[in-house]
Amino acid sequence: MIPFKFEYYKPDTLKEAFDLYDYIKGQGKTPLYYGGGSEIITMSRANNLHMDAVIDLKGIPECCRIEMLDNKLIIGSAVTLSQISESGLFPLLGQTAARIADHTVQCRLTIGGNICGTIIYKETLLPLMICESRAVIYGKNGKREVQINQIFDKKLRLMPGEILSEIITDSNYLSFPYVHVKKTKSDKIAYPLLTVAAIKKDNNIKIAFSGLENHPFRSREIESFINGENMSDDDKINRIIGFQQSKVLDDAEGSSCYRTFVLKNTLENTLKMLEKVK
Amino acid sequence: MIKISDTSIIELDVNGEKRKVVAEPSDTLLYTLRTELNLTGAKPGCENGDCGACTVIVDGWSVKSCIVLTVEMIGHKITTIEGLKNAPIQKAFVEKWGFQCGFCTSGFIMVCHALAEQHPEADEYVTEEWLQSNLCRCTSYQEIKEAVTSILHP
Amino acid sequence: MTILGNDILRKEAWNKVDGTAKYNIDEDVKSILHAKMLTSTYAHAEILSVDVTEALKEEGVKSILTGKDCNLLFGDFIDDRPSLATDRVRYYGEPVALVVADCEQTAHRAVNMIRVDYRKLPAVNSVSDALKEGAPLIHENLMSYNLKSKYVYPQRNSNIFHVVKIRKGDMNAGWNKSKVVVEGSFRLPQADHAAMEVRNARAEILSDGTVIINTSTQAPFNIKENLSKYFKIDEGKIVVHTPLVGGAFGGKAAVYLEILAYLASRSVGGRPVKVSDSREEDICSAPCKMGLEAKIKLGADDSGIIKAAEMTFLIDGGAYSTISCRLAKAIAVDCSGPYNIDNLQCDCLGVYTNHTYSTSFRGFSHAEHAFCMERMMDKLALKLGLDPLEIRSRNAVSTGHSSPTQVKITRSNTGDLTACIEKLKTIIDWDEGNKIELGNGKVRTKGVGCFWKTSDSPTDAASGVLLTFNSDGSININCGVVEIGSGSKTVLAQIIAERLKMPLSKINVSMNVNTQTSPLHWKTVASMSTYMAGNAALRAADDLIMQLKTAGASIIKCSTEALDVADMRVYLKEDPAIYVHFRDIVHGIKDTNGNATQGHIFGRGSYIMSRLTELAQETGTGKAGSSWTLGAQAVEIEFDRTDYTYRFVRAAAVIDMGRTLNPKTAKGLIMGGMNMGLGLGSREEFLYGEDGVMKSTSFRTYKMMRYGENPEYIVDFVETPDLSAPFGARGMAEHGIIGIPGALGNAISLAVDTDIDMLPSTPEYIWNKVRSLK
Repeated sequence: MIPFKFEYYKPDTLKEAFDLYDYIKGQGKTPLYYGGGSEIITMSRANNLHMDAVIDLKGIPECCRIEMLDNKLIIGSAVTLSQISESGLFPLLGQTAARIADHTVQCRLTIGGNICGTIIYKETLLPLMICESRAVIYGKNGKREVQINQIFDKKLRLMPGEILSEIITDSNYLSFPYVHVKKTKSDKIAYPLLTVAAIKKDNNIKIAFSGLENHPFRSREIESFINGENMSDDDKINRIIGFQQSKVLDDAEGSSCYRTFVLKNTLENTLKMLEKVK
Repeated sequence: MIKISDTSIIELDVNGEKRKVVAEPSDTLLYTLRTELNLTGAKPGCENGDCGACTVIVDGWSVKSCIVLTVEMIGHKITTIEGLKNAPIQKAFVEKWGFQCGFCTSGFIMVCHALAEQHPEADEYVTEEWLQSNLCRCTSYQEIKEAVTSILHP
Repeated sequence: MTILGNDILRKEAWNKVDGTAKYNIDEDVKSILHAKMLTSTYAHAEILSVDVTEALKEEGVKSILTGKDCNLLFGDFIDDRPSLATDRVRYYGEPVALVVADCEQTAHRAVNMIRVDYRKLPAVNSVSDALKEGAPLIHENLMSYNLKSKYVYPQRNSNIFHVVKIRKGDMNAGWNKSKVVVEGSFRLPQADHAAMEVRNARAEILSDGTVIINTSTQAPFNIKENLSKYFKIDEGKIVVHTPLVGGAFGGKAAVYLEILAYLASRSVGGRPVKVSDSREEDICSAPCKMGLEAKIKLGADDSGIIKAAEMTFLIDGGAYSTISCRLAKAIAVDCSGPYNIDNLQCDCLGVYTNHTYSTSFRGFSHAEHAFCMERMMDKLALKLGLDPLEIRSRNAVSTGHSSPTQVKITRSNTGDLTACIEKLKTIIDWDEGNKIELGNGKVRTKGVGCFWKTSDSPTDAASGVLLTFNSDGSININCGVVEIGSGSKTVLAQIIAERLKMPLSKINVSMNVNTQTSPLHWKTVASMSTYMAGNAALRAADDLIMQLKTAGASIIKCSTEALDVADMRVYLKEDPAIYVHFRDIVHGIKDTNGNATQGHIFGRGSYIMSRLTELAQETGTGKAGSSWTLGAQAVEIEFDRTDYTYRFVRAAAVIDMGRTLNPKTAKGLIMGGMNMGLGLGSREEFLYGEDGVMKSTSFRTYKMMRYGENPEYIVDFVETPDLSAPFGARGMAEHGIIGIPGALGNAISLAVDTDIDMLPSTPEYIWNKVRSLK
């Protein structure tokens, strides 16, 4: 039961959506882009969110496509997590998506919603960060393509009204050896204590984390430790811990101390698993 | 473009019938099914997408009707537990003692039914992924496992 | 006969798989008004003002109630709880105001517009804090509250609302005979019932004053009595209806929303009003499972026989006492566990804190107690180098012993723990060892836990069954047992069918309870439905048989002694070919010329608990229940020492059922209890911040077992009949949970060679515990 009224729009084109947003905003009202709706509905119900209108992106063809085109995988922002995992096109992203919330919810959650919502974990970003994916943003001047790693800094840096329409990943990234580990407090269906995604490209490990801080991240420093030459795994991990320790999240899912322990463990396993695929 | 700005009469495709309902944009599908259509088989367990008691099937996929807006459902095919007629999973739940209080049962049955339709050969891992979407507080899940296994791998 | 001891499908089974089974929350009358609570955002605060001005202006709002609208205090033993907080809130989530509006959305919106001014007070966040010198008093007027029983002992100038003492034997002698002594301290959090149907109720007051309550409850009769007593309404003018209940686990035994629904309806001229918890309110506002802190010291001789035990249990009753006085009593009564202890001292305190208030929960404080006691048994076994099951066998209660409250133990009133243990050894492969290294840091361990539990009902708890006939000779059962999922009503039908030797399909059961027409049944709690209503059902069946024979005798022209009944006929024992059909006599006997004689036949049976007494204040001597159900359980886990995670492999239970009336239903209940026990053991807990504000208020943060996380469950039975029970059958609906948290604690302790004495045992907790000892 959402305790307030709002308007519902389902535009057919990106332009229509963008203009609508602008128009509603111009009337002094709050519009919100709407993907799967889970977060918007649950937060509204709990009085943590208020809007005057929702703009459902599921009627826009670009937002709903998932296809390979010219050696690029294109995923629309309104594609659901289960569509991604069922498609098998991007195994690491599929595996990551299949561990967010539960399967039935994955049938509604969209990748755009996961990235643009308020949830701090945004785990679908991890594969995108390490696979150098690009975001297609629709704004005042039409579409532009930006590196996810550039536009995501703690949150997706969009201008008001801008729409994340698609995510593009070069197909060579889809076949690199990868590791995905999600650790939780005690249950499988839970927020992460720590989620790690990593790939190995030309003997170079790329790695990103969620649950360690209040946003997902990929860190140049951590990757330089991991790929450092003439260092034992233990040394690498100790350096990472030393670098990261003071910034580790401390909440009801787990204390920062315990999260650090889990990080250490998970890094050990991740490195071992990636070594095997040398 | 679909635009619904206030209470409206919209048409839903529920259990193979076209049904006209009065809905506001803020109504959830669960609310409309129960209050407008008196289809009370989908249950409110948490209204937060966590427990699965409200699960229905939309275009073949299981969906938690508490976290879907009714107006989003225009043009989609909705199946509720009332729309199942002698589905094998219903009999399996009875035969395997798959419930006690029965409040979560509709939701579980809808997930199992969608799974059997989408992945008739689903292995234990996939079955687990799908069924972990729902909570049952009475049984030990062992009976539910027997029920779903009996229809997937008879 | 094939009716008893067979897997009989529950009567309402098919309605539960096609969506037609109706629960209270499903009856949504369109014109009904909706009430919504405003709840406290502090754990402990003074209410300076509640401003409803703006909220009242919201279109569609019919009335807004605050604490000022009802100055009564409610309770089970101590009247200490307001329906809506007045001058003070005592826990996070406590109802402060209630908005009645034309729809749920309006009510919710108006609730958001109420302004409450609080002055924060220091919160008492644990029972040990509550007992500290200078702790804030949560109920300053404790000593002036109305006590509903003279066997409740609140302590002046303290947060202690009840004390139960056990003094048995000679402690000095006991310690002198002890060669080894072990001690332990334990802490268990509060937790949630999490029945899938949230608590919800409707109320309507007719113009003639009749109050109609529709509610999802385990105690419809108790609601009737309470509303009558507190609001001075004739009992006959209150009608409580309860349909199928979507899970309860003790959480729906408390009178809670019914009072608010009644007040809401009264405030709008009697119009029907519905009030329902949201899931969040069902977790933090409605009563929950108690928390516990405990200390135990055991002394034993060289062979492991316990010679002395000293125990203290502090029950976290939360902000209001409700049923916690009896929770304290229940621990005291069974504090030895299913073991004989001649010299025993136990203090059980009910303590107020600024937590959600506690109520009955599956196992009625036994699962919490058993965790502590079973951990102690393992500590003792470890110290003596004894096998954990062997030490339990050596101490098992049996004929000739006496219970902590000095009730004489017989085979009939307890059963056979040793036989349960022996059977458990086989089904859990005990002889392969309880700790097996698997390599790669992994180890497989087994922990065990035994339990016993008696009912702890009021001394005069009663039940009744009415049986009526349809003209075809089939029977309708009318009793006040609520169908909460345990299949009790089907078991009652089995009992009637067995006694009348007629087909089960000809016994109809109404799944609804109506307090105006159903005979009194105390409450559907304490695993006592089969025992109490079953005994009543047997009497009702016998009453029918007597009347059937009388009617049959007048037609067959013989004495009633010459007759028997079976297959819906009354027949001559010496020649069964001579008989009359039930259908020809149950609605009167009609001659060929039309003359009718006799009348309708209907049966009645009532049952009341007998020979129970209250406990003596200083020693605890007394009898709290008619008999015990006991058993032995085991949990097998695979523990990963590298990351402190574990998975459940197997869990087993052997329970002395007395007689198993419906094996598959019984196994389902026991496995469900075990699953809940593993949830409590591994993850379920109410998390409070330092200020007493609850953090685990939804199923995102309050975690329960999900499909596939469960182990393989193995359940087996021993059958030592309880001679006072119907066909010897003992209560067992709760019992599957009791030994499991302890068995899990023992398995984990063994895996990490460290005492795991707190729940839930999350990987972080275990890691921390192991680390702290390094």
